Amino acid sequence: MLSLLSKGLVVFRKDLRLEFRSLYALNAIGLFAVTTITAVSFSLGPVRLEPNILAALFWVVIFFSAMSGLAHVFIREEEQDTGDMLRLVFPPNAVLVGKWLFNIVLLGGLCLLIIPLFVIMLGAEVGNWPAMLAMTASGVFAMATVSTVIAAIIALSGSRGALFAVMTFPVALPVLMTAIHGTRVALEGGQLADCGNDLKVLFSFTIVIMTVGFLLFETIWRK
Amino acid sequence: MDLHVENLTQRFGFRTVIKETSFVLPAGQSLVITGDNGSGKTTLVRLLCNLLTPTAGTISYRNGKGALEGEDLRGRIGLVGPYLQLYRDLSAIENLAFLARGRGEKPDAQKIRELLEKVGLKGRGKDPLKTYSSGMLQRAKYAAAILHNPDLLILDEPTANLDEAGKEMVLAVVNEQRKKGSLVVATNEAEERTWGEQHVVLA
Repeated sequence: MLSLLSKGLVVFRKDLRLEFRSLYALNAIGLFAVTTITAVSFSLGPVRLEPNILAALFWVVIFFSAMSGLAHVFIREEEQDTGDMLRLVFPPNAVLVGKWLFNIVLLGGLCLLIIPLFVIMLGAEVGNWPAMLAMTASGVFAMATVSTVIAAIIALSGSRGALFAVMTFPVALPVLMTAIHGTRVALEGGQLADCGNDLKVLFSFTIVIMTVGFLLFETIWRK
Repeated sequence: MDLHVENLTQRFGFRTVIKETSFVLPAGQSLVITGDNGSGKTTLVRLLCNLLTPTAGTISYRNGKGALEGEDLRGRIGLVGPYLQLYRDLSAIENLAFLARGRGEKPDAQKIRELLEKVGLKGRGKDPLKTYSSGMLQRAKYAAAILHNPDLLILDEPTANLDEAGKEMVLAVVNEQRKKGSLVVATNEAEERTWGEQHVVLA
């Protein structure tokens, strides 16, 4: 287990280094988020959005940003023919762990960008910051997990881009619905305990999807 | 380590590329795989490296203690092939350090420098691979394949893209490997066919 984690960290550090050199995924998800929030902000003018609309918009931005960038971490390996080198050297699940950590960091970084944008540009008032941050962190974990496992499945297929969104949406729907509900409660000033059920659902969902990923990945990863 | 291939068959859809092939390569021996274009040389190499799952039959690696699998096996094979690429946005040194860490070893800067010198990349180790020519990339692949002193070195089209000096480097690597381990070469070059004691001809 320790070896798996340490080798996963090696893959994670490599992906982080490659990302900072190419900025492909960062640009893709960052530009989508900023453009969407800016467009909505200008179209609304002085109108303030209700917490339920804000919560939905927040997670829609995160979902579509994830769709535009998170699959890249696996697709790049196949497009650049570097996947076989990983297969030769790394245990399959270490690759999965590395890519999962990378997507968590990428999506977490995106949230650090869009939360201030929501507050500044859309005038979002967060009633309970600890609850908001807990919901965001849990949602990011769940969304990154779903995206990583689906990206691993579609990376070896032909029409990867289209498949990724089509396959991710139904699996990510429970994450979206739960995260939107919990975020609305946090925006309205509900306590952390009020989001407890949503946090439990997101945590359980993450564990289930990651377990499925571990069980399937060795078969998926080997052509 | 010994390589045992028994009744190996590989199909892609309805097309059978490799049909019931069997051979044994004892530790320390060399094998040359030949055959026309499309006869399945690369497919066989990929199967031997566990990069493909065979349709039927078995491939097993054994040493005195029994069958080798997973982590035990991964650290014993080195591969050079046209389909195997290193990270072009990383330098040769970064690529080799990454692979060493992947095998659970601490990267040895001195060893990596010596290895790059050996394959003819002295002074270019810090340059990103995207600035390399195709011949230099092939040299970097050799460094990656022999970094961990593999028991079995597998070479698919070993001298592709290489100039005369590069071919001499390959010959030196091959001779060294034949002294300390096993070698599998997939080729149609007349000179390279002489590198093996055993031959598998694919139809």
